[in-house]
Amino acid sequence: MNERHGYKMKLKNHRGFILLLLLLIIPLVAESNYLYSTLVIIGLYAIIVQGLGILMGYAGQVSFGHAAFFGLGGYTAAILTTRFHWPTLLALFASAILPGIIAGLIGRQTLKLRELYLALATLSFGILVHIFFNEGGELTGGPSGMSGIPNLSIGSFEFDSDQKFYMLVWLVLLMLLIGIYNLVHSRTGRALCSIRESEYAAENAGIDCARLKLQAFVFSALLAGLAGGLYAFYVTFISPSPFSFHTSVQFVLMAVIGGLGTFWGPVIGAVVVVALNELLREIVPLLIPGAGGEYQIIIYGVILVGLMIFQPKGLSGIGQYFRIPLKKQLKTDVKIRG
Amino acid sequence: MKKITMRLKSKLWLALLLVLSLLISACSPTKEADVKSAGGNEPYKIGAVLDISGNSSSLGVPERDTLLMMVEKLNANGGVKGHPIDLTIMDNKSDETESVLAVKTLIEKGALAILGASSSGTSMAMIKTVQSEKVPMISLAAASSIVEPTSERQWVYKTAQSDIVMINKIISYLKKNNLNKIAFLYMNNSYGDNGKKAISAAVKDSGIDIVAEEKFDANDKDMTPQLTKVKASGAQAAIVWAIPPSASILTKNFKDIGLSIPLIHSHGVGNQKFIELAQGAADGVILPIGKLSVAQQISDNDSQKKVLESYIADYSKKYNAEPNSFGGYAWDAFNLLVNALEKAGPDRVAIRDELEKTQGFVGISGVFNMTPQDHNGLKEDSAVLVQVDQGKWKLIE
Repeated sequence: MNERHGYKMKLKNHRGFILLLLLLIIPLVAESNYLYSTLVIIGLYAIIVQGLGILMGYAGQVSFGHAAFFGLGGYTAAILTTRFHWPTLLALFASAILPGIIAGLIGRQTLKLRELYLALATLSFGILVHIFFNEGGELTGGPSGMSGIPNLSIGSFEFDSDQKFYMLVWLVLLMLLIGIYNLVHSRTGRALCSIRESEYAAENAGIDCARLKLQAFVFSALLAGLAGGLYAFYVTFISPSPFSFHTSVQFVLMAVIGGLGTFWGPVIGAVVVVALNELLREIVPLLIPGAGGEYQIIIYGVILVGLMIFQPKGLSGIGQYFRIPLKKQLKTDVKIRG
Repeated sequence: MKKITMRLKSKLWLALLLVLSLLISACSPTKEADVKSAGGNEPYKIGAVLDISGNSSSLGVPERDTLLMMVEKLNANGGVKGHPIDLTIMDNKSDETESVLAVKTLIEKGALAILGASSSGTSMAMIKTVQSEKVPMISLAAASSIVEPTSERQWVYKTAQSDIVMINKIISYLKKNNLNKIAFLYMNNSYGDNGKKAISAAVKDSGIDIVAEEKFDANDKDMTPQLTKVKASGAQAAIVWAIPPSASILTKNFKDIGLSIPLIHSHGVGNQKFIELAQGAADGVILPIGKLSVAQQISDNDSQKKVLESYIADYSKKYNAEPNSFGGYAWDAFNLLVNALEKAGPDRVAIRDELEKTQGFVGISGVFNMTPQDHNGLKEDSAVLVQVDQGKWKLIE
């Protein structure tokens, strides 16, 4: 069983790498800062959703508070570099670690909750952190936010262009994908899957569910924080508004659209959600002259609902069109609860 | 059944490919659009990023309407020296990340300059891009941090008055009436926050003390607790930095608890909605405001009078509604840019230089005098103090 499982993942990987290669080649063909920055945003979201994917898809725990970790990472990087003049690279590490620590502290309590209650707990944590950003006074710059964040630099090499940043973000994402690939094929990965299927059964099989869930939670917060730090260095301005509840929902949406418990799901989810938004901004005004964002949001919603109807297990499932028998596919996408 | 799903899947896969290819085509450099030109001349491309939907849509919509009206009028009259203006407006949905992406698209499409964004946050998010790509940008938002420090904002200008202009207006009123102890109440968002920062800096050496400082949330339904503290503090005047509906609720509460000290609001309440929502409690409220709302009352000698009246006439004719100060910011930004374009031609560096040299430009928000140190160019004379009198604005100076 294990062997076959591993073999299948490899096959899937090949297709994934074609997609990834395509994403890496496009920018080199059409040299465009707009494209780079769209891909930077996609990459950042994909990093967050990767972590969320482990938490939701493998460990079976839902979180509506990941925008908070994203924001905590961003603010950590912003505060350490502008107020305390830390080197940017060090601040970037801190921006991943601090949300991780906070996740560890709150996770110990909240992860005892299940399903709806856990969702509510993470949701209220997200709102709490958002209030903190707004009320932080001198420290966070309050509702006006903070500007003047320096560019990220390693030694004398400065990530000052969209192209350089794009390469950095996707390199991080690539390393992360390799790491996650190994993780989900390890003992821990299988243990996580078993928690998702049944916590009681997993517990009986000798798996320390509480610890594993906490680890998954901390891991996903680390990644969200890292993406937040990168975001702060990319835009060089930060304010509370991108880290609201709405963003948390967006992340969950990406994870679900991409496909929970699948390897490529998070990347696909991030690509689809961001690219669709950008495309609609281009296309909708051509179809309906003078249409504002309202129309885009409606069409966007209709498309997403359509996707969920025809592809309820997420878009990564469409890979089966590439001559993967339906039966096998179903086995990999082991039943997802809810 | 299986077949059907497979067929559906194949269609979806095709759709994804289509999406990808569209993305590529959307991103590749676009061909010169065949805009019918006034004199057969090549059009000048400019871009605008506005908060048309989302939280700040009440700002973005009149701005968009004004820009569309201005472009139409200008192109009908032969454009800029025979070159029509090709304006692309993008909606950032009041979202900072979308603002960044929108401004990059516009620059990629060859926009000579960027107008917008509508609010402070969305404008701030665009600054790094315009600075590094060297594209002039004229923001329509108020926060002074958008254009300061100018050493790091060479390419960024703005048309809305900074808070300090309005606050100085209020302070001179306080001094004239010997009101030395004031209470400051503000809305807990970036608007109120900027007001607080500006007033704390402005009162420092003026002999005026802030004896009470209270804040409230934009969605609060009752500000009686805050006002009770103001009452106890012995303040001689209350200054409020907020926008409706919370500003209106506060005004009602103010009357209800029987406070009789002067109530001074900010320019954020400078629309009819404030008076309507306050249900009669607004009478007697004093506030600094741009001249647009009292265009009929200002003296005929005022250099802005003619500009204001023509904007009001044009706007009401086209949209059957009164224009507001947000539309005015867009009017100013557009005309400042056209003014610079006329002198500079289609060259980003030259446009920036011309913007910085703007002197004595008569606009809706005031008379603009830009310098390398001042990328807003508006002084106290751009605002007037008005009092609400039987539901109408009345000029009091």
